[in-house]
Parts: sequence; structure tokens; C-alpha cells
Amino acid sequence: MTPHRSAFLHFLLGRLTLSAIPYDNPIIVWTFVVVAALGAALLATITYHRLWGHLWREWFTSIDHKRIGIMYLVLAIVMLLRGFADAVMMRTQQAIAFGGDLGYLPPHHYDQIFTAHGSIMIFFVAMPLIVGLMNYVMPMQIGARDVAFPFLNNFSFWMTVAGAVLFMLSLFIGDFARTGWLGYPPVSELRQSPGVGVDYYIWGLQIAGVGTLLSGINMVVTILKMRAPGMTLMRMPVFTWAALCSNALIVAAFPILTAALALLALDRYVGTHFFTSSLGGNVMMYINLIWIWGHPEVYILILPMFGVYSEVVATFSGKRLFGYSSMVYATVAIMILSYLVWLHHFFTMGSGADVNSFFALTTMIISIPTGVKIFNWLFTMYRGRVRYDVPMLWTIGFLFTFTIGGMTGVMLSVAPADFMLHNSLFVVAHFHNVIIGGVVFGAFAAINYWFPKAFGFRLDPFWGKVSFWFWLIGFWVAFTPLYVLGLMGVTRRLSHFTDPRLQIWFQIAAVGSVLIFLGILAFLVQVYVSIRRRDALRDATGDPWNGRTLEWSTSSPPPAYNFAFTPLVHDRDAWTDMKRRGFVRPASGFQPIHLPKNTGAGVVLGALSLFCGFGLVWHIWWLAGAAFVGIIAVAIGNSFDTHRDRHVPAEEVDRVEREYRRRLAAQASAP
Amino acid sequence: MRSKFLRNLLAAPLALSLSGCHLVLLHSAGAVAARQSDLMIASVFLMLLIIVPVLIAIAVIAWRYRASANPPDYDPDWEHSSTLEFVVWAAPLMIIVALGAMTWIGTHQLDPYRPVDHADYPNSVAPNVKPLRIEVVSLEWKWLFLYPDYGIATVNQVAAPVGVPIQFHLTAATMMDSFFVPAIAGQIYTMPGMQTVLHAVVDRPGSYRGFSANFSGSGFTDMRFRFLGMSAGDFARWVAGVKAHGGTLDRAAYLRLAVPSRAEPIHDYAIVSPDLYSRILDRCIEPGTTCMSRTMARDAVRQRRPREP
Repeated sequence: MTPHRSAFLHFLLGRLTLSAIPYDNPIIVWTFVVVAALGAALLATITYHRLWGHLWREWFTSIDHKRIGIMYLVLAIVMLLRGFADAVMMRTQQAIAFGGDLGYLPPHHYDQIFTAHGSIMIFFVAMPLIVGLMNYVMPMQIGARDVAFPFLNNFSFWMTVAGAVLFMLSLFIGDFARTGWLGYPPVSELRQSPGVGVDYYIWGLQIAGVGTLLSGINMVVTILKMRAPGMTLMRMPVFTWAALCSNALIVAAFPILTAALALLALDRYVGTHFFTSSLGGNVMMYINLIWIWGHPEVYILILPMFGVYSEVVATFSGKRLFGYSSMVYATVAIMILSYLVWLHHFFTMGSGADVNSFFALTTMIISIPTGVKIFNWLFTMYRGRVRYDVPMLWTIGFLFTFTIGGMTGVMLSVAPADFMLHNSLFVVAHFHNVIIGGVVFGAFAAINYWFPKAFGFRLDPFWGKVSFWFWLIGFWVAFTPLYVLGLMGVTRRLSHFTDPRLQIWFQIAAVGSVLIFLGILAFLVQVYVSIRRRDALRDATGDPWNGRTLEWSTSSPPPAYNFAFTPLVHDRDAWTDMKRRGFVRPASGFQPIHLPKNTGAGVVLGALSLFCGFGLVWHIWWLAGAAFVGIIAVAIGNSFDTHRDRHVPAEEVDRVEREYRRRLAAQASAP
Repeated sequence: MRSKFLRNLLAAPLALSLSGCHLVLLHSAGAVAARQSDLMIASVFLMLLIIVPVLIAIAVIAWRYRASANPPDYDPDWEHSSTLEFVVWAAPLMIIVALGAMTWIGTHQLDPYRPVDHADYPNSVAPNVKPLRIEVVSLEWKWLFLYPDYGIATVNQVAAPVGVPIQFHLTAATMMDSFFVPAIAGQIYTMPGMQTVLHAVVDRPGSYRGFSANFSGSGFTDMRFRFLGMSAGDFARWVAGVKAHGGTLDRAAYLRLAVPSRAEPIHDYAIVSPDLYSRILDRCIEPGTTCMSRTMARDAVRQRRPREP
């Protein structure tokens, strides 16, 4: 920062100067060039096809849970590309930085990359994936027309986007945190990290966290209050059960993250000493707080995917889910137990044997309900008729991969063993084993499974299989070496190495990351090919997999109102039950359907939050203040907007439903 | 030696497939690390009792019940069996009961605060050996080792005689690190203003890798040290060598050492101020700072005093 800046300039720009733009770093410059070129091409295409109005009216301002769900998934996939680029950079660096060669990433850059990789993958890939899926699927599974608070849903999404944009801005303006994905003090304190990196991290997560928490509340209320008549709790689809537990965890856990980050922000902005090394501060408080959020967080991510696997296994085995009650109790048990294990992330902090033993045992106990789930999926396939469509392939890949990841997890829960394995690449291999094997595989199973529901045509199965095999093999090639390296006593976050015997394992891991890259590429090709071949892949029935739950009882893509008549539920697997009883689609008696109107308030609030966050990061106080006042004003103003309702006229419903019946009849009479 | 047998059993297939790599976590040179890795291996075997059948069952069921085989016992409504439900809850429960018992005992036996002695480690430690106290300070980004019994100190190198229990007392200057010599014992965090303790013993002479296992900033990668296991005679000669050639470590020299630096070369101190470690721990090493313990004592007195009427 130049000492000669005028007071006015300082007021105007805070600590933002021209030197904050990393134009001297060729990697970032080229990244910027590529991103700018792609971005310009995208914007030009949208402008050329005159899609701005359409995007704004039909998508950005939409409060339809289905559209919001799809936007969440698009956000997740875009951010996956960013997070994966970081992963490839790390793997290349570690594969070449041996002996005298320090690699191409100096520590100050490398440390940003592993921090960005971890936090982006968790907060802006995994979270939008599960929130998007729950948004899209859950209301239809319970026979509802939307979530309980549709505007809140749109607002939550735009807050998540604002957080993601703030993270991405750090790439080109200033730098990102060099702390690791949880921002442990003392590294994240002002003394060690005086720059803007940690502030980008804090405000990005705080803004996105508002969205996540509100969305959690929204979904809990939706599930508890908006189920179709007859759908008791014990008749809910397992995915909805998983969503309920996951969102209950969000509601209980995210405020802890917010509090921990707020205290860290106070340390950095107003000079308090909650977590500093001096004046009574204590890092152990932060580490406890962050993991009291952090451990439930991993169950927030995995529980919905357990739900996905349950739906996929039952559907593709053509059979009821084995042990439904067991499954529900197991999910609830995991939800509760996930609050009693956080200390296993730091057995080595010196808590003593009694405390460590307690947390080791609670951790092991979690593996019991998880094991029960694996058995139940297995027995669902048993005496079934298993069709190996792409979603089922992902599920089988998950069963193998996750079982092994579970085993290494229980190894880590043995506290004395953890003293050896803590912070090692073994841990890195373990959590990728369960997050890729569990959450990412689940996301791909879910996308392949529900894509025809969302767009009316299936995803191309050939490219789906290509993507699956690259991911599965790539995962094992990339992470088996990390297990081995962990046992060789190699720890995480190292930017270069001296022992040449390690190099071959890092090179194998780098090959694995290339295979995973091909898997991601194959997925993008799959989407592209499917759009090109959409007529051949078309599904007119709305029920391409012979599904079992209510979302398959409506057309694909579903009308804005989901169901012309609210379904009556008599059994679990409500749609299978309806099909067996010879359900006939009603042809008359349609009523006007009340739906909420679109609004741009969410976009505006998200944008103001982004400005507020940017102002706080760069100490541009007028901007932060003005944006904050703006947020409050828009929120209050928006609450006076009483013209929020619209009605789909009965004739319109009749027309849409007639068209659907016509397509069904055409399909039935076709050979 | 049941545990050695177990270890070899796991190590044999691994060694075949991973020839050329040194799995230090399974081939330790210290009794504490050896027991930790035994426990790790035992837990793997215990879990394989259930993992292997599950993996086989996934493959068999996935193949046998494929739709193209048109399985004859297909039953779309089969969803419950009390026997199977009992088994799926009981089987993992039994494994976890066994593993939990093992872990409870192991966690207490291998508690880093628990002294290493002849009773616990008859093969490593002779009866009535006086333990060696080593005080460890993690700095940005190097390790300082103080030997209060000998009045010497070293940077990025620590030595100990074979078969003598070592009591590490650890703290940090500013950052949070994790003290880890994989061949000797599991790791323990170092934190400013706090002290952790680690007990260990080295079984075989040799030079072993030590480092910080917890990320602590840009110089963290090079925050390595050597751990030297020596015979009693060699250790005495090593101490004498440090005394003969080392410099002086007083508060001023410490503050110079504490300035962040990367890949600090090994060096020794023959004369060390006796209160240095306690002042580092008490956070009053810099001139003019009040010791933490003093502030806390004053606060305690202030709170005990009755309020003014």
C-alpha cells in the first residue's frame, strides 16, 4: 500500500490499490484471459439469442423450487470446474516439486490453492449439489406445489451465489486465504495473515451461510407442514427423510459456523482476542467451534446422498426398499450422533485419555447405523431384478468405494492410531474416499436419475458410462497412492519434498487426477450430446424408470404447479401404489391453482450483499455501510409488496393436463 | 509376539506390492509407535471380518440379481425380515463393541501424558532408568529443543539415548504446530501459552525424520528436524560436543532466533538461560511483557476481593 495515497482516495477505495491485481503472476493472468474470453463468449451468445429477458423472467427471478434447484446444480457444476482446476494444480505441483525443484507454485500461491480447493468444494460444490437436489425433488416427493417460503428460497440461492462470486473475485483482485479450508487461527489471525485473503474467506462464507441457513429452515418447514394428505412421517420417501435430517442439521449447525467466523472477524476488524495467541485468546476455542459445525456438516452432505441411493436402489431393483424403518432410524441416529463426535478431528490436541476415548467410541458407534444402511441397500437388491442404468452404476460404485472409505474412517477413530495418521495424506485419502465415493457419486447418480424428470429427456447412457468409469478408476488411481503415502508418514499441505522415494506415488496420483478430469469432461459431453439427441432420448411418460415416488406421477418437465390435484397417499412408494391400483388421470374438475409471483428482490439482495462483503474485505467502509443499509431497506420494502399471488386459470391447467394425457396415449399406442 | 506376527502378516502382501516404499508407520523404531501401529493393524483385521463379506456380497448380489438373468426368486414386495434386520444391526454392533474395548484400553495405555516405564515396556526400557526431559518450542518455522538436565539446546535436531524414556514438554512461540517423529511416537500439538506432553522411547539407534504435521504458514513445508537415537556412550559424547562448540541462548538470542525463517540450519547452544522455557510458556520472553501466570493471579485476587459498598 502506498503511503502517499490521498485521504480521499483512501476513503474511496479503502486498502484496494492497483497492486492488488496480480498482473505479474502469469498463471493468474492466463486464467483471467481464459475466464474473460469464455465469459465474454457466453454473454455474447446470450445477447445474440436475446435470452436476457427470458433468463431474468423465467430463471433469475423465479421462485419455482424446480428452477431454483436447477440453478443450484448449475452453480455447483461451474464451481466444480474451479475447484477441480485447483486440485489439478496441487497434484502437478506435488508430482514435480522434489529435491532442489520447488515446483511452479511458491508457498504463498500453493497455500491459497489448497485453501480454495477445500472451501470451494465443500461450500460451493457439495452444498449447492445437495441443496439443489433437495429443492428440486423433495417438494414433488411429498406432493407439494412448492416449498413453504418460495421467495426465501430464491433469496437463499442468490446469497449462495453472492458468496461464490466473492470467492471467485479473490482470484483476480487481491488474494485468497492461506490457512487451510477451515481457517484455523493463529494462521488466520491478523498477525499472520494481514492481507485480504482471510477476509474474503470470512465474508464469502458468512453471506453464503445466510442462504444455507434460511434454505434449511425453509425445507424443514416444507417437509413438516406441506406433505400431501395421507403421507405420514413413516410414509415419506427415504430421500425426503434424509432431507429432513440434513436440514435439521443445517439449522442446528450453521449458526455455530456463523458465530465462529463472526468472532474471528471481530479479532481481525476490531482487535478483540478471542483466538489470538496473546491476551487471553485461545485457538482451541475456534477449533472446537468450527468442528462442532464441521462434523455435522459432513453428514449434512452425505445424508441426502444416502437418500438418493435408497431411491435409486429401490427403483432399479424393481422392489420396495428393504428395512424402511431401519433406514429411517439409522438416518435419525446418524443425525443425532453427528453432534457427539467433533473432537475426533483433534485427538492430538492433548485432551487426555478419557475425553479421547469418549469421542473415539461415539465415532465408532456412527458406523453402526451407516453399516445398517449398506446392508439394507444390499438386501434391497437381493430378490430384486436389478437394471444397470447409469444411476445404478454410480450406486454400485458407491457401495464398493464407500465401504472402504468407511473402514479407513473407523481406523482413524481409533485414537492411538490417529496419533500416527492425523494430518497425514491418509486422512486426505479417507475424506476424499467418502466425499467423492459418497457425495459426488451420489450427485451423479441423482443427476442421471432425475434429469429426465427435469427436462423431459434422458441423459445419454453411453457418455454416462464413460464418465462413471473414468471417475471410478480415476478416483482409485488418484487416492490409493495417498493412502500409501500416509502410511509412509507423509503429511498434508506440503508444497515440496526431499525424499525421492515418494515421487512415484505423487506421479501416479497426478495420473489419477487426469482420469478424473476425463470423467468430468465426459459428463459435460454427456450433457451436450443429450441435448443434441434430445428427440431420441425423449420420455413422454414422465416416468422413464418405472419410479416409485410421487415425483414420477407428473409430467416431465413438470408444470409450474407440479400436481393438478394434490395426491392422496395410502402407502409408502405412493406412485407404485397408485399404478397398481390402476390410477386414472382425472380429465375434469380442474380448479385455478394459486402460485407465488416471481420477484427480483432476491437478486437485488444478493447483489447488495456482494457489495457489502466486498466493501468489508477491502475496508471500503462507505460501500459496506451503504450496501448494508440497502439490504435492510430492500428487505423491509419487499415485505410491503403484497402483490405476490398469481393464479393459473383452470382452463390453463386443463389444457396442460390434456396435452400430457395426449402424449401418454400416443406413447402407449406406439409399438 | 502376537503383535509382530500381525504386523508381518499385513506387511508381507503390502511389501510385495509396494516394494521400494518405506511404510514408516508400520516399521517403527520406537515402542510407543509400534503399539500404535499394532492397534491400527488390529483394527483393520477386526473390520475386515465384516468388510470382506460385505464387498463379496455386493459383487455376488449385484451379479446374481441382474435383470438380464431374470432371477427366479424376484419378489417386488419383499421388504422385511426380522432375522436379517437383527443381523444387520447386531453384526456391526459386535465388531464395534470389540473395537471399542480395544480402543478404550489402547487410548489409556498410549495416552501421550502417560509415562513410559519398565512396567509398560519391559522390552524397551530397563528398570529404574531416569527419564530424559526435553523441552520443545515450535517457532516460525523451526524447532528449538532444550535439555534442562544438561543446560544445552539445539535447533532442528534432537538426540536421545536408546532405551531411556523421553518426556517431551512442548509449547509454541506463536503458531500452532504438531510435533511428529513417525518412527518414534504419534504426534502432539504445540500451542502458544499452553503445554502439551508426550512420552516416548527410541528402540534402535538411527537418524529419524521429524517435522511439523500441522500447517502453520508459508515456511511450514521446510519445518523439519532430525531425531537421533544413540547409544548411551554416543549420547554422552554428543552432549559434550554441543557443550564444547555451541553458542549462548539467552533472551536476546532467543528473540533473534524467533524471527521467522525458513529451512533453518541445525545449530547448538552450550549455555542456556535456565528460565527460558518457562518464560516462553508463560509468554513473557519479550522485555517488558507481563507473565500470563502473573496476570491470572492478579485477576484471581481481584475477583476474590469483596466489592466496594
